[in-house]
Amino acid sequence: MRMSTFILKRLSYTVFVLFGLSILIFIIARVLPGDPARLALGPRAPDWAVQNLRQQLHLNEPLYIQYFYWVRDAASGSLGESLVTRRDVFTDVQEFLPATLELITLSALLVVALAIPIGMVAGRRANSWFDNLVRVLSYIGVAVPAFVVAIIFLLVFGFMLHIPIIGRLSPNIIAPPTVTGFITIDSLISGNMAAFFDAAVHLILPALALALGPIAQEARITRSSVVENLNKDYILSTVSHGVPERLLTLKYLLRPSLIPTISVMGLDISSLIANAFLVELIYNWPGISRYGINAMLRKDLNAIVAVVMIAGIIFAIANIVVDLIVAYLDPRIRYVEKAA
Amino acid sequence: MAEQLLDVKDLHVYFKVYEGLLKVLNGVFLNVGAKEKVGIIGESGCGKTTTMKAIMRILAANAIVAGGTIAYRGSDVLQVGMQDLMRLRRTSMSMIFQDPTAALNPVFKVGEQLEDIVRYSEFISHTPTKQEVRTKAVDLLKSAALPEPERILDSYPFQLSGGMRQRVCIAMSLASAKDLLIADEPGTSLDVTIEDQIMRELKQIVEDRGLSVILISHSIGAVKGFVTKLYVMYAGTMVEEAPTDELFSNPVHPYTQNLLKAVPKLTGGGVPEGIAGRIPSYLTIGDGCRFASRCMSAKESCQAHAPPAFDIGNGHRVACFHYGDI
Amino acid sequence: MKGAVFRKGPDYGKSWHKFSNNYLSQVGLGVVALVAVIAIFAPYMAPYPSNAGFFVNYPEAHEPPNWIHIFGTDQFGRDVLSRIMFGFRYSLMMAVVVLSLVVPLGVVLGLVAGYYRGGKVDMVVMRCADIFLAVPPLVLALSICSVLTPSVFNAMMAVSLMWWPWYTRLVYSISSSLRNEAFVQAAEIAGASPFHIIFREILPNCLGPILTKITLDAGWVILIGASLSFVGLGAQPPIPDLGTMVSDGANFLPEQWWVSLFPALAIVLVILGFNLLGDGVRDLFAAETV
Repeated sequence: MRMSTFILKRLSYTVFVLFGLSILIFIIARVLPGDPARLALGPRAPDWAVQNLRQQLHLNEPLYIQYFYWVRDAASGSLGESLVTRRDVFTDVQEFLPATLELITLSALLVVALAIPIGMVAGRRANSWFDNLVRVLSYIGVAVPAFVVAIIFLLVFGFMLHIPIIGRLSPNIIAPPTVTGFITIDSLISGNMAAFFDAAVHLILPALALALGPIAQEARITRSSVVENLNKDYILSTVSHGVPERLLTLKYLLRPSLIPTISVMGLDISSLIANAFLVELIYNWPGISRYGINAMLRKDLNAIVAVVMIAGIIFAIANIVVDLIVAYLDPRIRYVEKAA
Repeated sequence: MAEQLLDVKDLHVYFKVYEGLLKVLNGVFLNVGAKEKVGIIGESGCGKTTTMKAIMRILAANAIVAGGTIAYRGSDVLQVGMQDLMRLRRTSMSMIFQDPTAALNPVFKVGEQLEDIVRYSEFISHTPTKQEVRTKAVDLLKSAALPEPERILDSYPFQLSGGMRQRVCIAMSLASAKDLLIADEPGTSLDVTIEDQIMRELKQIVEDRGLSVILISHSIGAVKGFVTKLYVMYAGTMVEEAPTDELFSNPVHPYTQNLLKAVPKLTGGGVPEGIAGRIPSYLTIGDGCRFASRCMSAKESCQAHAPPAFDIGNGHRVACFHYGDI
Repeated sequence: MKGAVFRKGPDYGKSWHKFSNNYLSQVGLGVVALVAVIAIFAPYMAPYPSNAGFFVNYPEAHEPPNWIHIFGTDQFGRDVLSRIMFGFRYSLMMAVVVLSLVVPLGVVLGLVAGYYRGGKVDMVVMRCADIFLAVPPLVLALSICSVLTPSVFNAMMAVSLMWWPWYTRLVYSISSSLRNEAFVQAAEIAGASPFHIIFREILPNCLGPILTKITLDAGWVILIGASLSFVGLGAQPPIPDLGTMVSDGANFLPEQWWVSLFPALAIVLVILGFNLLGDGVRDLFAAETV
């Protein structure tokens, strides 16, 4: 089938799933905590005030009506008031989301840029010292949780080597005007090299802490995929016809070996998003995840709902992108889907 | 005597596995002259493909060539440097793999794979233009009896039928084989009628281009009309070598005799018997004759030493101590 | 019907032989066994068992690792090593409880959905699974825990609630592909009930991947539990949960590094153990397929 049909199908499916997710999280946020209005006003507020708020928030109506109000409000840009910041959650999201996106994007890029070459080389030179080193390191890398890596980095780079890493920018650097929300890109756009380097230094450690686990995982998968493919008839056939080594490795071996790796990228992005919640906390990174954790600790229901939905949306988009890449790499998927 | 193209002597190939050492090939010999068509028959697992892979030097990473020589036009393939090896692979010999579906990279278009081969095999003196490469690719597909070559070049392997994939593999091999073509059970995975067609096309191609062929098969009928010299292989050893007619009229080795008896005949005679027993495990195989455990006429001495190939005239060789008695 | 799938009974002798020759898996098994033993016998093995709960000993607070306190003491003077040993209890308990709930539920749902592939059951079950899987697991667990009162029990419930879809998906893919195999159709023709087919014919073929996944999952469930407590939404002080210990200790970095580092290493050890073991289990079953 054509790419466009493929995309359309995935999109509609994703919309359906996100819709279901919104219902799920809505139920969790409204049903489980007891009385959201009481939560908002605190235990000492008088009953009549709580009742008023309940009326205002439509809390006495059936759940599906409440859900309808929520969706309607969200569509017009209002996600409810945050208990913590006393602003519309939508404004909070606008403020904090870019930082997290910057972090996750760099992490994802690091994963792809490091894991694939390492895995390819290790697979090509199977059982060499490099390969053995890679295998051992990747085993450990998968087992160390991101927040442990983050703390170790904090210890080593922050305290021992005195590299400034908390937050996004050092206090003495002026932030560039916001264009994309990515400080690194914005400072490049406005030509502010001091800000760029400072922002990059602040960005690289949390990004690396997030990326290390997935790098280890993907390198392992790439490596074993390469080793497996090296024995496949189609590679042997290409070798037997005298195709040059470089072409063989970078083209005919790379693409089939990438498929399992990229397929797993979806799950890895999931872990990037999830671990961001912990890593942002440790590095005091002003992103949506840190905002979300604070919201969760203070039972800021509107914010919690928004943050979970955003996580779901980012994850869904990432999955679509990953599926598209896999479909590009492996034509069988595009065509066989029709028959399925 | 035709010029010796390929001369394999005393080839030993072992594989290192978790459980130990698989001593697969034990003293294999083979020779092919210019424009000569040679066949190898034997049951699955007897090492036919391994021998071919050794010749092309595409054995797996855990393979050890423990002895022997593979002389191609005089120089030992096992010893030549990378440059010469590349030249051999690009212009002299090539192999058609057993399963055409597995032999084609599933994520690349057929045209791309074929053109990359053509680019390095057919144009030695100058770097070709894209158009030249494509034209050559189309030519090759045509000589492999493929209709609509342009469409096929733009297709992915899974979009083609089994027969077409097999012909594409043949076309690829024609690009890089000027002297020797190795065909590993071509058509085995296909419909019998298609297999027959492919074999006939292959015969025509080979004769048109004056190629030497090593045809591997486990089907005796397929080789009979094709090759002039036959080798019978069992458990990693060559047990008999003879011109085709000679082999069929006068099989000497007990294995060959049983093999020929096992082929059902159109003229009747009932369902034939198979040969009792199985191929021995390469892990625990001894030093004696490898067929001894299944041989009706085996004696004690057979288990002790592997029999060498005895020349009994007429270009006929047998690896059996008791060839005279049978 | 190319490649009909048949299950031959597991050859336990050969399986053990393969496993016992796999050095890494043995290490994994050893680590897991060690952790289990420590967890079970913590009250007897820990040098200072009373330190595991509410306990203060300010004179000995913040002592670096020495012979009296091998891993040092924390800000309340509690022995870090003993607390880690008790911490293993909560880790393993989380893994055991969560998996005991999740595996039966998830597997049964997956089997049924796969057997009735294309039908209403399939749609409902798998769409539900997809919805639960739409967010990264930790995020969902965090949000559920946040709206409830933080506690070990609620953490376990939250993790269970978002973990079941993985097993459903795994079993569904195996079950729905086996559904049309020869041996299933043969059983249907012979008049076997769906119950029999699902549990006697299809389920045994899923056991390998399921067991592998359980072993690998144990490590991840423990990690999620530790992450939840790290944030403060799981076990509450003074419970010596490994995650809580790491986050408490983080306040005292870098001077009193041992308070945070040793619990962190303990988490890594447990996960590593289960990963190695899981790989061994996977290889075991991979060797079995005909």
